[in-house]
Amino acid sequence: MISNPFMAPATNPAAPELDEDQLLHVSLGPQHPSTHGVFRMNVVLDGETVVSLKPVFGYLHRNHEKIAEAVTYLSSMPFTDRLDYICPLTNNWAYARAVEQLAGIEVPERAEFIRVITAELTRLINHTAFVGFFLGDMGAWGSALMYAFREREKILDLFEDLTGARMMSNFMRFGGCRNDLPAGWAARASELVNGFPRFLDELENLIIGNEVLLARTQNVGALPKEALINGGITGPMLRAAGVAYDIRKAEPYGIYERFEFRVPLGETGDCYDRLMIRFLELRESLAILRQALAQLPDGPYINPKSKVRNFKPPVGEAYARIEGPKGELGFHLISDGSVNPFRYRIRPPSFINLTLIEDMCLGLDLADVVVILGSVDIVLGEVDR
Amino acid sequence: MEHSAAIKRLSDPKPQGRWSLPGIGLVKGLLVTATNMLQSYYRKDRMTTVQYPEQRAPISPNFRNFPFLVYDGDDAMAGLRCTACSICEKECPPQCIYIVLDRDENGKSLKRPKVFDIDVSVCMNCGICAEVCPFDSIYMDGEYELSTSDRFGGLLFNKQRLARSTNYHAKLRPLQAAEVATRRKADEDKKLAAQAAKEAKAEAAKEAKAEADKEAKAAEA
Amino acid sequence: MMPDLAAILSRVQTALPAAALALRRNPGPAGQDSLLVAPADLVAVCRFLRDTPELAFDLLSNVTGVDWPDPATADAVAVPAEATAPAACGFLEVVYHLYSTPRRVGPLVLRARTADRAAAVQLPSVVAVYRSAEFQEREIYDLFGVIFTGHPDLRRILMWDEFLDHPLRKDYVAPDDYQYEPTPHDAVLEKAKLHYPAKAES
Repeated sequence: MISNPFMAPATNPAAPELDEDQLLHVSLGPQHPSTHGVFRMNVVLDGETVVSLKPVFGYLHRNHEKIAEAVTYLSSMPFTDRLDYICPLTNNWAYARAVEQLAGIEVPERAEFIRVITAELTRLINHTAFVGFFLGDMGAWGSALMYAFREREKILDLFEDLTGARMMSNFMRFGGCRNDLPAGWAARASELVNGFPRFLDELENLIIGNEVLLARTQNVGALPKEALINGGITGPMLRAAGVAYDIRKAEPYGIYERFEFRVPLGETGDCYDRLMIRFLELRESLAILRQALAQLPDGPYINPKSKVRNFKPPVGEAYARIEGPKGELGFHLISDGSVNPFRYRIRPPSFINLTLIEDMCLGLDLADVVVILGSVDIVLGEVDR
Repeated sequence: MEHSAAIKRLSDPKPQGRWSLPGIGLVKGLLVTATNMLQSYYRKDRMTTVQYPEQRAPISPNFRNFPFLVYDGDDAMAGLRCTACSICEKECPPQCIYIVLDRDENGKSLKRPKVFDIDVSVCMNCGICAEVCPFDSIYMDGEYELSTSDRFGGLLFNKQRLARSTNYHAKLRPLQAAEVATRRKADEDKKLAAQAAKEAKAEAAKEAKAEADKEAKAAEA
Repeated sequence: MMPDLAAILSRVQTALPAAALALRRNPGPAGQDSLLVAPADLVAVCRFLRDTPELAFDLLSNVTGVDWPDPATADAVAVPAEATAPAACGFLEVVYHLYSTPRRVGPLVLRARTADRAAAVQLPSVVAVYRSAEFQEREIYDLFGVIFTGHPDLRRILMWDEFLDHPLRKDYVAPDDYQYEPTPHDAVLEKAKLHYPAKAES
């Protein structure tokens, strides 16, 4: 039946003949500190070695896609905040972009700048929080996560000033943003961006050379790049394996082609590379932020033609995607010309990045499963939707 | 591709000879935590904890929480700007607004809400109601200490509970309130001017008619 | 960069003369036209698109289900090239968005349709070509009820195993026997009253 060369082997080559009586079935989750929420993995162990791992989803399922079919286009915007609640502003942007393509709305230049600035600040939040959580998964409770959250709180203060809420921002609108930057906001953001490298140096000093971290992450969870592309893996995980595929470069949306930044690539794609990719991307995000804040133009922050009430896009469909902090975040919308979407589909990066979790874990120890899951960087609000 | 030349290899930051001196990375990390601990005694930006009930973190002027209704003048119920048009009810994503239009005995709309309820246990603080309102009537509040012991009734805000004066709005969001006030003033002036023009026109027409009548009478005579 | 669909179509038809494909125009401003593929040829077409070096559509980014109770709506969203008779009954559709990572081209939109919405809801699974479809096809099976023949592990993924209906179908009726909280003015409360008449009185 199935002959995909990238499919997981039916039996573990390391232990081809297993005695069913000797196997240990462990249900990891749904209430487990390492699973980042209500996620469960049914793991079968031969001694300490993983021979099978089946993820179980749906504990946070609320059928966001069905809800969106019953409300207007604008009303779905605050729900997108709740997908990946670590980075709501990129979710907003992806959805706004999809509706803009669906209805053919132009975005003014200043709004594009505000979007880039907020999206890159969101990437800072996501990657610093990732480092903290990842270290927490490996048993380094406390320090790294607390330092990361201390810096994150400064960015969240900026977001609160701009959008009115720390996390549930509901900020992007079809054709621009909801409001303009408050007075002095750009200066405060510049100050934060200039102070950020110092914190990154500190965080790197804290963990990068640590022998325990090296031993636990290097050569763990690597897969060949062809398998990763075939498995739909996107974002930092794919680039850690050395595939130069960043949507900001491959399909420059918004105004990303105006900025100079590099796409960091890993070599092997093991958990260590995935951690380092995030550190390098943080520095590139800071480069983008510096340029965007310096070039910020004047002008309208929203297309004056965009409608707030009784918005009806023409009949058609659109798929738009952005490079979210966790990978490719896409929205597929179908309009039948009414005020509600006919079909509203989210392509969640963290859900699809879990496709290969079993392949990555087979033959490794149970303790490595926790590290590998941490390196995928999932948020259950987005996995289960 | 264009950026393949710009790729930074991960091998660059990897420490060379990482097992040469076991434990040095661990010591480096411990130095960072020690510095942080010491700095937390004297550096302002490292003292991040706020002792909540005694101290309060400053709230951003843009901060939004639950909606409130604005009224003009002194009588809260008579001065409500809301016309019960139900646009916010339709656009509200979690459908937490409930509006009944007030009608007189002939069933004619009085353009004011008989019932205006917001279930704040359902409200998700998105602010879309404030955005879509064409009558400048609903805005987002910044009040956040709203805990109650009545889980159902206590979290259902009726129009009496939701009504706030224009002064409250001006104090909460000075910029927004000032902008709204000038816009409403301009609209009001325009309306008054239009009305005055209309009245003047009517007056002129009346006068002209009287004149014509007079002339007609004079001609008759 | 959007792919040149006409060129891809002629290339596929040269290589796979038996395959039935049709170009569908997108009337909206997005202009993302699509290729309607007959279910029997879906896997062969996908394999050809992936393995031809000049096409190299190696990333199956997104797989979506759509429920079309009225075939006329489906033809309005994906307009056929020449006027053809619309399908006799409603159907379920699966939409694939393909990208090429080396060539930076996409999205190439493929659509495949089931025969109807009730019994003949089978479509071939593309997991053999694109591993990324594995969980997404399970999700479509769960929420729409499309049965993917040849899928290695076709189980419900988001709903629980005992669940019977398919929630994203347009004619799905939400159950009213769930635990409710008495939120006033709520349709839930009305439904709950119908469902628990004795409880509502007490």
